[in-house]
Amino acid sequence: MSDQTQSEWPLWEVFAQPKTGAEHVHCGSVHAPDAEIALQNARDVYARRGEAVSLWVAPSTAFASTSPSDEGPFFDPGQEKIYRHPQFYKIPREVKFR
Amino acid sequence: MDDAAKLEEFEARIARGEKIEPKDWMPEKYRKQLVRMMSQHAHSEVVGMLPEGNWITRAPSLRRKMALLAKVQDEAGHGLYIYCGAETLGLASRQEMVNDLLAGKAKYSNIFNYPTLSWADMGVIGWLVDGAAIVNQTALAKCSYGPYSRAMIRICKEENFHKKQGFEICVTLSRGTEKQKAMLQDAVNRWWPKTLMMFGPHDSDSPHSGTLLKWGVKQFSNDELRQRWIDMTVPQALQMGLTLPDPDLKYNEQTEHWEIGPIDWDEFYQVINGNGPCNRERLAARNKAFDDGAWVREAALAFAEKRRAAQKEAA
Ligand SMILES: [Fe+2]
Ligand SMILES: [Fe+2]
Repeated sequence: MSDQTQSEWPLWEVFAQPKTGAEHVHCGSVHAPDAEIALQNARDVYARRGEAVSLWVAPSTAFASTSPSDEGPFFDPGQEKIYRHPQFYKIPREVKFR
Repeated sequence: MDDAAKLEEFEARIARGEKIEPKDWMPEKYRKQLVRMMSQHAHSEVVGMLPEGNWITRAPSLRRKMALLAKVQDEAGHGLYIYCGAETLGLASRQEMVNDLLAGKAKYSNIFNYPTLSWADMGVIGWLVDGAAIVNQTALAKCSYGPYSRAMIRICKEENFHKKQGFEICVTLSRGTEKQKAMLQDAVNRWWPKTLMMFGPHDSDSPHSGTLLKWGVKQFSNDELRQRWIDMTVPQALQMGLTLPDPDLKYNEQTEHWEIGPIDWDEFYQVINGNGPCNRERLAARNKAFDDGAWVREAALAFAEKRRAAQKEAA
């Protein structure tokens, strides 16, 4: 058995766009030495049946994310501003709006 | 929040059908059992390439060869989906999981420790073994851990091709010459009892089932899934004019289920403990593939580093 303590290829996150006009969606990760091989591996692993027209890869270490404990305080401002929704606004019934 | 409160919240989320994501709090036991289950599952996909890989060069037609190649490649993909899901749990790197497999410390599905003796085995594996995997994996797609559940959904979409190409081989042989029919029957006789064991020990002897069910890692018990597969498969066998190697097999009109005779659990434990007909061969093949690929991994890494250095200089 060869030396298995050798350095492992870094991890890349993979995003695929299923068709033009759609958003790129996270589909998983691959190990690869560089971006070019990461794209090739991503194609072989996540797009064997035409599941993608475009792929993005980025080193997993490049991602920042919120943590679950943020869920309350971090997203709260989005919860309480009800005036951001059309239901907040009242138009008298006799006035035609639609 | 103390751990008891976190546990209560965790269990409440699972009860509400919410998924647990990598950064969420989870009990250490949940994390450990998932790593164990997912790495074993990934190893099974990878080792599962070997029995079928054995027949790629001897497929009877180009059509069959293309199908088998594509199926085996899918199994490699399945292994990678699940390894990447297991890595999100942060307990073991990909390399550590692979090292455990190569060192013979990890388990994988027993079914892949049996030899593939004839071409009919390719049909029967697709039909029976992938059929059983579909039953298991459809249930796992509802698993409470998000990355595992998503990997299963991806896999289930591909498994139908595996089962159908195998079933096509079986139906073709069942309508062929007497020799072909006998070859198919022989393969069924060998694989039927082994596939029954794929669902694991009876519920009464299944050591991990309790907590796995409670935390939504599993949704159905081993016996429930086994029964689901039996009921689905027996009529298909009869349809092809095959017999199944179980004198006790009978249909129960009241319960509307097929009932089977006893399963040879001694054999199951023999194989799981390393004494199946192909355990050593499979491990040797995986180690050889890993060692033979070492120079490629090293060269690609060295090339990437060299190119990064050159780009830095140019900048
Ligand atoms: Fe698979
Ligand atoms: Fe499969």
